[in-house]
Amino acid sequence: MVADADTDSYGTPTELLRNSYTTFQEHRGAPGLRLAGSVRFGGVPLLTDVTLDLAPGGWTCLLGPSGSGKSTLLRLIAGLDTGADFDGTISASDDNCLAGRVAYMAQDDLLMPWLDLRGNVALGARLRGDPVDWPRLDALIDRLGLAAHAAKRPAKLSGGQRQRTALARTLMENKDFVLLDEPFSALDARTRADMQDLAARHLAGRTVLLVTHDPMEAARLGHKIYLMENNALTDVPPAPGATVPRPGDDAAMLAHGAALLDRLRSRP
Amino acid sequence: MTRALTPLAVTATVLLAWQMLVTLAGLPPFILPGPVRVAKALAENADLIAWHAGVTLTEVILGLILGALLGAATALHLAVSPLARRLLRPVLILTQALPVFALAPILTLWLGYGLESKILMAVLIIYFPVTSAFFDGLTQTPRGWLDLAQTMQARPAYVLWRIRVPAALPALASGLRLAAVYAPIGAIIGEWVGASQGLGYLMLLANGRAKIDLMFAALAVLAVMTLLLHKGVGLACDRLVARLH
Repeated sequence: MVADADTDSYGTPTELLRNSYTTFQEHRGAPGLRLAGSVRFGGVPLLTDVTLDLAPGGWTCLLGPSGSGKSTLLRLIAGLDTGADFDGTISASDDNCLAGRVAYMAQDDLLMPWLDLRGNVALGARLRGDPVDWPRLDALIDRLGLAAHAAKRPAKLSGGQRQRTALARTLMENKDFVLLDEPFSALDARTRADMQDLAARHLAGRTVLLVTHDPMEAARLGHKIYLMENNALTDVPPAPGATVPRPGDDAAMLAHGAALLDRLRSRP
Repeated sequence: MTRALTPLAVTATVLLAWQMLVTLAGLPPFILPGPVRVAKALAENADLIAWHAGVTLTEVILGLILGALLGAATALHLAVSPLARRLLRPVLILTQALPVFALAPILTLWLGYGLESKILMAVLIIYFPVTSAFFDGLTQTPRGWLDLAQTMQARPAYVLWRIRVPAALPALASGLRLAAVYAPIGAIIGEWVGASQGLGYLMLLANGRAKIDLMFAALAVLAVMTLLLHKGVGLACDRLVARLH
């Protein structure tokens, strides 16, 4: 089990800010994950003999147009119902079972309207009947800038705050694998960029799969990028630079995003 | 302001038309008494009507509470147990195929002329709407929440109590609102079939003695009681749902 550095980072806001990068990147050594096999929908092949390799401890972006079946792959890894037939294997590179090692975040923040922000962040433990680590939870929502809203219901939060709460809930799960199903796509441009930064910083060291239809997002966040279209999965090179998120004004990153967009548009 | 006044204006118009019909057509009071006469009967028999209304209200409220509890418990049972769904659902539908009214004489035979048979009638008549509304709510939990719970390796019992039940409360509330209107019908049927007290009994008695004005007065009180009950249950449900959602 990787020691969770998040739990013991108390201090003044300035200290927290100064320490944040070093502290958050201590979740290291999350294993990789591989999905290999074929997916069919009621006999119709969606993907045949494909391999999806998640970069260990990094961000893998699964990029493709809407309806291409990206979410189906993510849901297969999450162990969720897809309505598809999957013939193949999904395994972690450390050979341990995947069950209970996955955290999931969707486009919809999936906050319970009857719980306040803290209650929502504590949801996982409460649904398992585990004791909630409240000090860790409070430190976490403090770091995500949500402390002032801790007692608010989701209806009283802005879209960005809601998605940050969902991120806090995901982080609270403290899993090796984090599956993100277009979590930023419904946000306005500024909030989306903020959320990308926040997620990249706080998820550093974990193995992340991000399903997205936004080439720029993939260019900004991906250590590894898969393009999914026309029933095929292509491993395409990521933008230069090993540290994500890449700066929003990074010329090479922008050019890479544009190239990815061209590539998406060139297919029928 | 206008919203509050509209129902009043409508009621006033209906009462006026009613009085005009009676006066202009010269209808005898034992066929159709005018509203003025009904109001007079209400005032003259206020104590009598209040006593009988109290009996009916007791039956209705006890019936509502019991029926709501039974209905909610059944819905929960159906939601968690596939076996219960297979066994109970056909039975539930079948009970709806039987007119509950037809059971009233049997219930009176079994339970006697007291409150019990009326309470049971009220329970029977609201049981199905409460059960089916709550059950529908429990089966329509947004899929995303259930997916999230599944990835969190949630225990089914906690998913039920911490997600499915709170998510189904608005549905339960609409079932209870309906129940507040239906429950008095059950109690009144019970009283018609065999009783020595209650508004239903009073109406039957007044009708038999050609005291149509008294019958209308009792009917008016019943209508007001049902409206207030509906309003009260609605408000209670709204507050509960607002607290939770």
